[in-house]
Amino acid sequence: MAFETIDRTAKQTLLTIQEYSLFAHRAVMNLFSRPIYWVDFLLQAEIIGVGSTAIVLLAGFFTGAVLAVQSAATLASFGATAVTGRFVSLSMIRELGPVLTGIMVSGRNASSMASELGSMVVTEQIDAMRALGVDPMRKLVTPRLVATVTMLFFLTIISDFFGILGGAGVTIFMNGQNGTQYFSQAYENLHARDVMQGLIKPLFSGFIIATIGCFYGLRTTGGTQGVGRSTIQAVVSASVLIIFVDLLVSQVMIALLNR
Amino acid sequence: MNVTSTPAPLTTAPETSPVLVFRNVTISFDGPPVLEDISFSVGPHETRILLGPAGVGKSVLLKLSNGLDCPDLGTIELFGENIASLPESRMFPLRTRTGMVFQEGALFDSLSVRDNVAYQLIQESVPDDEIDARVREALRFVGLEETFDLFPGALSGGMRRRVAIARALIRRPELLLYDSPTGGLDPITSTNIIELIVKQRDVYKTPSVLVTHRLQDAFTMCSHRFDAARDGMVPLAEHETDPNTTFLMLNEGKLIFDGSLHELVHSQDPFVREFLE
Repeated sequence: MAFETIDRTAKQTLLTIQEYSLFAHRAVMNLFSRPIYWVDFLLQAEIIGVGSTAIVLLAGFFTGAVLAVQSAATLASFGATAVTGRFVSLSMIRELGPVLTGIMVSGRNASSMASELGSMVVTEQIDAMRALGVDPMRKLVTPRLVATVTMLFFLTIISDFFGILGGAGVTIFMNGQNGTQYFSQAYENLHARDVMQGLIKPLFSGFIIATIGCFYGLRTTGGTQGVGRSTIQAVVSASVLIIFVDLLVSQVMIALLNR
Repeated sequence: MNVTSTPAPLTTAPETSPVLVFRNVTISFDGPPVLEDISFSVGPHETRILLGPAGVGKSVLLKLSNGLDCPDLGTIELFGENIASLPESRMFPLRTRTGMVFQEGALFDSLSVRDNVAYQLIQESVPDDEIDARVREALRFVGLEETFDLFPGALSGGMRRRVAIARALIRRPELLLYDSPTGGLDPITSTNIIELIVKQRDVYKTPSVLVTHRLQDAFTMCSHRFDAARDGMVPLAEHETDPNTTFLMLNEGKLIFDGSLHELVHSQDPFVREFLE
């Protein structure tokens, strides 16, 4: 009995991975043939990008601030409080900015995509769209994918910037250190490779958020309860995948860039 | 009655071949077949009323008709093309030639009535002025011109169905599919919807498949015609029925009846008798 359960679960997992791969492939390939719904892309860019700015900005600011608070105590024991700026900027740009922004946007937008598309499935709006001769993959998924990847890139930059600013606030006003020193440390020790590493990650995260959110939304079954289930699955899967892919990308980038 | 206008009939070349043909179609969803060995056809100008108890596979059959679901076995010919194994990308142009009215209307709740009805026209980049004119004409046909700027949330159940009918009609489809258009509605609203369907049948003469489990609706469709002069539905003479309106009945996934109203009421099949009684 236990073996059968494991067998069934393994097959189900493999099937889901296969379906997700085909789904993501179709979403990307739609970009290379007409029609492309640019208006929907702009609409989604506004919802995902502009709508997420406040939470990303605040999350970035407070993360930078708390990094400065925590690091200052440790660095002080080595007499190295002068490098707080370097520590905060590198941590934010290479790691925390991209990951936190991805997770914040995932919580906000993967859930909204899954619940919106899931509601459309259970009320037959997706079938109605297909019956009207419009491909829901092109109309709903591809614009969300492009919008999320594009906007997450810029949101990450905002998060990084406000993270460094948050660190500066703590360093200058709470720890009483020199602001010029903080910013020069933050800037001078930053290399193009660090920035590149930090800005490649949101491309992957954006892809994960949009495809996972839409995938779970469009395979919703079981009425309103099913919509709730899809939303949870989308947020959990997207968040875990973002962190996992972050690990992989970090490893690859460190190996490639030797940093 | 809410029906207020009678557009000019659509003039099309006479067709003789059926618009929709099912041949030995079987479909199942992770279990025993929902539909098994289904064969029937819908001729030009023909209205097929699909009867059967709830959960028997009527909506599935309708979804198979325009490729929203794919059969496991058998062939389905839509406008002469076998759609049973057609890829989804090639189905979209074919679907634009059909109109489908879903059980609950399936209106896009984030779009206004105007944008819902004009959905296909907007995708085809039709100029706004033309869209407005055609949407108003379609809404006038269903007697809801005043809802032009409203959102679906502000409409009653019956109004939503009528907007869904307007949406299905706006591109003058060559086949109409109605999925329980009167389900869950009060008798007066149901009669209004049936009157619209009769009007559509008699004015545009578009072939259609209508799913229902309400015998009263089915018999009304058979025993009435649309009178343009009175702008309403009138009964046919006694014992007279619409010759182009015929019946199909499903039970336990199988097609157990295919024939006229006369044949239906005189059927000796025990299930048909039980259903009618």
